[in-house]
This record gives sequence, structure tokens and C-alpha cells, in this order.
Amino acid sequence: MSAPVTEKKGGFDIRELKNLFGGGGSLKQFGILGALVVIIIFFQIWTGGKTLQPGNIINIVQQYSYILILAIGMVMVIIAGHIDLSVGSVAAFTGIIVALAMQDWNFPWWAGILLGLVVGALIGTWQGFWVAYIGVPAFIVTLAGMLIWRGGNQFIGDSATVPVDGPFQTIGKGYLPEVGPNFGVNNLTMLLGALVVLVLIGLEVRGRRTRKVMGATSDPVWLSVLRVVILGGVVLVAAYLFATGRVGTSFPVSGIILAALVIGYSFLTNNTIIGRHIYAVGGNKHAAELSGVNSKRVNFFVMMNMSVLAALAGMIFVARSQASGPFDGVGWELDAIAAVFIGGAAVSGGIGTVAGSIIGGLVMAVLSNGLALKGIQSDLVQIIKGLVLLIAVGVDVYNKTQGRPSIIGLMTNRNKSGSAPTDDTTSNEVTPGGGTPNTSVPADLK
Amino acid sequence: MDQGLNTAPTILEMQSITKEFPGVKALDNVSLTVKASEIHAICGENGAGKSTLMKVLSGVYPFGTYDGDIVYEGNVVRFRDIKQSEAAGIVIIHQELALIPELSITENIFLGNEPGRGGVIDWVEAQKEATQLLARVGLDDDPDTQIKNIGVGKQQLVEIAKALNKNVKLLILDEPTAALNENDSQHLLDLILGLKSKGVSSIMISHKLNEIEQIADEITIIRDGKSIETLNVKADGVDEDRIIRGMVGRTLGNRFPEHTAEIGEVFFEVRDWSVQHPLTAERLVVKNSSFTVRRGEVVGFAGLMGAGRTELAMSIFGRSYGKFLGGKVFKDGKEIKLRTVSEAIDHGIAYVSEDRKALGLNLLDTIKRSIVSAKLRKISRGDVVNEIQEAQISEQYRKSLRIKTPTVEEGVNKLSGGNQQKVVLAKWMFTDPDLLILDEPTRGIDVGAKAEIYGIIRDLAAQGKGIIMISSELPELLGVSDRIYTIFEGKITNELPVSQADPETLMRSMTSSSQKVVA
Repeated sequence: MSAPVTEKKGGFDIRELKNLFGGGGSLKQFGILGALVVIIIFFQIWTGGKTLQPGNIINIVQQYSYILILAIGMVMVIIAGHIDLSVGSVAAFTGIIVALAMQDWNFPWWAGILLGLVVGALIGTWQGFWVAYIGVPAFIVTLAGMLIWRGGNQFIGDSATVPVDGPFQTIGKGYLPEVGPNFGVNNLTMLLGALVVLVLIGLEVRGRRTRKVMGATSDPVWLSVLRVVILGGVVLVAAYLFATGRVGTSFPVSGIILAALVIGYSFLTNNTIIGRHIYAVGGNKHAAELSGVNSKRVNFFVMMNMSVLAALAGMIFVARSQASGPFDGVGWELDAIAAVFIGGAAVSGGIGTVAGSIIGGLVMAVLSNGLALKGIQSDLVQIIKGLVLLIAVGVDVYNKTQGRPSIIGLMTNRNKSGSAPTDDTTSNEVTPGGGTPNTSVPADLK
Repeated sequence: MDQGLNTAPTILEMQSITKEFPGVKALDNVSLTVKASEIHAICGENGAGKSTLMKVLSGVYPFGTYDGDIVYEGNVVRFRDIKQSEAAGIVIIHQELALIPELSITENIFLGNEPGRGGVIDWVEAQKEATQLLARVGLDDDPDTQIKNIGVGKQQLVEIAKALNKNVKLLILDEPTAALNENDSQHLLDLILGLKSKGVSSIMISHKLNEIEQIADEITIIRDGKSIETLNVKADGVDEDRIIRGMVGRTLGNRFPEHTAEIGEVFFEVRDWSVQHPLTAERLVVKNSSFTVRRGEVVGFAGLMGAGRTELAMSIFGRSYGKFLGGKVFKDGKEIKLRTVSEAIDHGIAYVSEDRKALGLNLLDTIKRSIVSAKLRKISRGDVVNEIQEAQISEQYRKSLRIKTPTVEEGVNKLSGGNQQKVVLAKWMFTDPDLLILDEPTRGIDVGAKAEIYGIIRDLAAQGKGIIMISSELPELLGVSDRIYTIFEGKITNELPVSQADPETLMRSMTSSSQKVVA
């Protein structure tokens, strides 16, 4: 057996380019990222440049931030092997309570937000209890929840709309404020963009150092530089677009909440014990339990967490539309679930990432937005979105069953380069379909 | 029979079969010739390409995805799927039985092949035929019994009945006895011999070399995707050592590691342990069992399938099986409570399951993540896992246990059985256990890897750890253990130092509770 560390030559090898977004970086799911880029370019051309106008991308972020927040929670639920159909109703239920609390009981805005999160946590406790400790399938629990919380919203709100006003609206409608001298751009937004670029550079450097310490191969330097230049460029252009919108607009507050959640939950799922346990339970519940994982606690956590995020999404929506209504959040669960699966998660659990789900959600968002810009009617938009979901997952599943590497998998598995056909370290031990598995356990243990 | 060997007509000839997967040549110019009415064994280490070859033959890998020709009954055949190969009389029985637990024996036998007209099943006819088929395989259960209510041994017979219903001419059995106890195995082997006398040829893949020696006429050995040799059992005077030599390409001197045990004091003791079946209250699966483990000692547990070995081990390991009735566990003289798996791990107990795919590993995970998964706290600060340490530690285990993989970032599903087992061992060694319970640690893995696992076990014992090894293979127990307990029907029936144990004595204690010979 030769050592796994194959020293890469310092020279320029164009084939390394395939590792540009597949290797070394901490972001996964770049396959769908490619699809997202294609879709953006397509609509940019088709709409005659309207897609990437500042006003439009600000609109996209505001309009879809709550769906993307739901997708974060949903991917964790789906990794653990469950589903949550109740998120739209939970969002609506929380929204009406928060709206009433502020309007009738004179809650200040911050108390309203706090109350909303508490309501979400209580709902999550209820649903998590049934799923984790009673063992009712999440599909049933959340189907019941879908009815209960929708009914609850209409019961409490008398099927009427309750307006919200004041600073609470900021979480849905707000923007980064104007500070400092006027350069014709929003300074904070540009500053934020610059900060992100610095973080990107830092991550790349740290990633290279880490891989060196671990004794693993790093990409050639030119590739790292290229990667940072491309990603940094995209970030700066985006920041510029956000910063040059209509006066008074800039990067939305809801986008900042979303970004913070994406970073936080990516870290949680990848680098913490609870995150590892979610993957373990979804991948093989029995093996996880025999490794000391408390699967009930994991299931409780993901269901609970989902409802808290649904409550947050509901509040952002209410803040943006300045009112809570009886039909808020109808169909959200489907958008969130679609985003997660387009983002590469497996229905059977154990597979999926936060970043992938966000990109999957953005694919749907840009698609809906672009079609709307072209004046395509919503009935057709639904048909097209349905087909995109089906085809995206269908192509991936088909590729897997054909023994070809899945497109999503190929783009996302950063270690694929290690088992490339030319690699002679791949011994006969890794014969696909080889080996003789073994399943003999007393039937009652299964 | 002897003189017929060379003149018997050939039923199957696989010529220069080559099958490539991206990056791997799974089969390289493999040839296989099976004569009519013979039992042909295929031997090889795990990952050698046996299963792949059978998948080519049965059309799982359709024509066009491999190179070479398959000549069956004199004609070149090109199977596009399993249906076509079955229509030609080639039936494969996989190690993982393809029966539906909720359906009856009859329904399973005729699944996909239902007698009847226009989509309406003729159950009377089906019942009649099922009864006849069951008689042919020597099964006298009611054909209406649900599959989940009969044992694995009988399920295997149902699979064969199902094959007979398809007018099988060439039966392929992949590890048919891996999950069976000695009695059921013998019955199955007799049945295969009986089918042979009725003109059904069989190809049998097995790691149990004694069974192959017992019933096979010819043996083809595959190593590293190449066919190495074909031996005629009688003419070439083949024995187990000869087969092993062919499989590993060298003579495995002593299959078991030499060891001089330095056995310390008793540090782990279980007293009067009783466990009830999880579903049936009146069924006691483990009855008043008591045993001890000393430091640096390998304690073997011998028992037939279903004797309660696994149930005993799993119930001690954080009550992972059944309903705890009573009993005490002492470690270092103090009573300890093991109510959950994490309590057991914290007390330095590790359990390596007999079923590594279902209970031992998350097959979606990478090697490095699997290795640290049972004690993430050890490399975490707060709740954050240190990924650098994770990579370094798993790399150490890769080297010390010689896990064959290009990198620890590879998925565990890409590994062969033996290497997966090493990952599971690494995972539990990482928890720093004082007591390791190994349940069938070498099941379904090849001879070379087995020897390595024995070495690891003895190394761990030499470090002062106590080891419990549960196994169905008596030679393995006798070769590795220092002391052996036998279990029968949930009771410990005997305890012998290995110097006084021999297969006959053990087998007697494993099959009856009458004589209690305490050494």
C-alpha cells in the first residue's frame, strides 16, 4: 500500500481546474451552484438585463429569505430522516400571535420577536415530543400540525388580517443604513462585501494550512488564488449591486439574518457533536444508537429547531407584508422541501448540506423571479417549478442507478480526485459491488 | 462418478470475462467452466471479484458492460437482465435473502411468477405446487406461514424452492450458510448434493472452506480479479490449506497468532444476568448467566445461532436488546450500572456488532468520521469537533490496522468487508475500552483479513484489555481464546480453559444443557 499523500508537482496542470470548486474548499454542493449560475445568466439575457438589476436582486433576497430560512431547518430534519409539513402553518400561527401581541397588548418590537421565538419553541416541543418520544412518524405529526396551527391562526385572528407597524417591520423590510460620506453607494454594504472577501481569503489560507497539518494534499497555489479571485469577484460585484439600488435601499436586513443563520448552521451541522449525530441517526439509526448516540434527543432537536426557524420565517414575512393574515405561509413547506432536495439531500436521510439547500432554494427563487419578470403567469410558473424539481432530482437519481457518479455527488465530493481512474493506489479492495456483505441478526433485533 | 468427471458435458463456460468499473478492473480475463451436474465452488478473498463474476453471469451487469463471452448450454448468451437469465434456468440466491417477511411462503415462492390467468392468481394451484416444492427441499412447514415467522435456515430453503419453481438448471449460491447454524448448514449442503443428483448444477461461493471441501467437485480460485486455477477436489486431493494457498497466493503458516497470555486478575464480572425477549414476555433469552473476564484475557463465547450470545452481549451493552430482568455487573470490584449505551462507553465497554452494515457503521459516512464517531467528546472542545485531530487519529488507525484505502476521507461503503471491520474495530479502540466485546468479528471476511483481525485481538489483550469474543467458528475460538464459555438456550452451560477444550466437547455443551462440567 503506498502512502495516501501523493505529492503534487508544482507545475501548472490544467486538469487541476476540475478541483476549482470541487476540491479543498469548505463549500459543497457546487454542482447545483453551476446550475444556479447558468439559470442566472439565462434569465439575465432573456429578461434583457432585468434579473441582475439592483432593485430586482434586493427583491429576490427579501422575497425568498424566509423560504431559505425554512430550508436550513428542513435540511436538518430531512438528514435525520424525517419531514416537516407544518412549517407554513407554524409560521402563520406565530405571525398572528406576534402581530396581536404588538397591536393589542402593546408589546415592544423586541418582545414581540422574543415571544415569536418562544411560541416556535413551544410548538417544536410539542411536535418533537410526538416524533421523538412517542414514535409517531414526523409525516403524521406535522400533517396534524399543519391543520392544527393553520386552524389556530384563523381561530385566534378570527380569519382576519392583523397589521403590524413600527420598528418590527425592519426584520422584513429594513436595509443596512447609510453611514459615512456619500460615495453614491451604500457604504455598509460595500464594507460587508469587503469583509466577506477577507474572510474568504482567510478561510482559504486556513484550509491550506489545516490540510498541510493533516498531511493531506492541497490544491496548487494558483488554483487557490483563482478560486479566491472568482469568489471574491462575485461577492464584490454582488455587494456593488446591492449598494447601488434605489436611494434608501441596500442589502436587506432579512438577508443578513439569513446569512448569519447559514454560517451558524453550516458550522453546527459540520463541526459540532450534535451535527455529527444528526447525520449518524439519519444514516443508520441502529448503528448510531449502538455508538452511544441518543437518537431521541437528536430527533427532538431537529423538530424543535425547525419550528423555531419556522417561527422566525413567519415573523420576517409578517414584517415584510406589514400584516399577518389567515393564509400566510400556505405552501411554504413544499418550497422548502423542494429546495432541500434540489440541493442534493436524500429522501432516505443521512445526506444533505445547509449550503446545498440554500443554493437549491436560490435556484427556485431565481427561476420564479425570472419567469415573473417575463410576465409568465403563476399557473405556468408552478408547472415549470414542478418540472425543474422532478428533473433535477431525477437526473441525479438516474445517474446514481446507472453506476455513474451522481452529478451532484461528483461536484460535491471533494475527495473524488483521490479515486480517479489513473490512481494506482486504488486497490482491488474498493471494487464496486464486490465483497460479501453479511446480514444476520436475530430478526427481532432489527 | 469418478470416471464421469472428465467426460461430463459442459453447461457453462465463461470465457475471458473482463469487467471494469471507473478506476478499478474488477475482473481481468476470468474464465470459468462448469460441467453439468457438478457443484463448482468459487473461492477468493473478499473483493477478489467473485460476486462481480456472478453478477455478470446472472445479467445484473447486462451484456455490453463487460468483455468476453458466456457460453451456456452450447450457445453464446447475452443476458440483458435477471429475468432473461432466470428464463434460461440460471438462478442466483443472494446472501441477503430476497424474501418479503410479511408474505407467506407460497406468496414468496411465486412472487413475480404467479400461476393464473389474466392477472388473477390461481391460489389453489399455487398452494398445491408450493407443497410439492417444499417437500422437495425438505421443509414441512405450512405454506401459509409468514416468512418472518420462520428461521433463517428455513428461509434459505424457501429461496431454493423458489428457484426450483423456475426450473433451475444452474443454481448460484452466494455464501448460503453464512447465517446458518451447523444443523441448518448441513441440511442445506445435503439438499445441494441432492439437487446435483437430479441434474441441477450449482455454483457456490463460500468462505467456509470445510463445506467446500465436503461437497464441491471442482474449485475455481479467483484472486485480485483474475482466475488463478481450477482444482478438482478428488483428483487433486484438495484440502483447506491448499485452497487457502491459492486464495492468498502464499502459505499462511499459522492462521492464529502465537501468543503467551499474561493474564491478570478478574476485573469484569456479570452475575445472574437475565433478559426477556423484547416482544414475548414469557420467553427468557438469557437465563441467570454469570461470567468473569480477566485483564489481558480473551474469553470466547461459543454457542449456536439463537443461543443467546448476541442477546447477552447487547443487553449488557447499555440494554440494547430485550427487556432487562435482573443481574449485576461489577467492574474492578464495584457494581456499575449500564442503563444506556453511553453509560457503557463511559465505563470503558465497547461492543463490536456481528452485523457491521446494519449495526456497526453508517455506510454513508467517511472512514475518518466513522472512526471517531463513538467518542466524539474525546476530540471536541465544548461541542465543536476538532477536524485536524480527527484526520490525524484516523490516519494513525489506517496505518496501524492497515486499512486498505487511498485516504481516510473515502466513504466506508467503498471498503471491502475486512477493511470495514477494521474501521469498526478502530472506532471502538478509539473509545479506550477496558473490555471489548467482539461479536463474530471475522464473519464474512476473507482469510487474510481474518488473520490480521486475530492479531489485533491478541495485541489488545497484550495491552491488558479484556476481550470477549463471540464466534460460531470453533477453530477460531480455540485458536484465539484463553478460556471459553458455552451457551445453550440462554444459559451458560460450560466453562473451559482453552487447553482443555476441543471441538467435540464444546459442541456437546453447545447443544445440550445436561452436563455441567466446571473446570
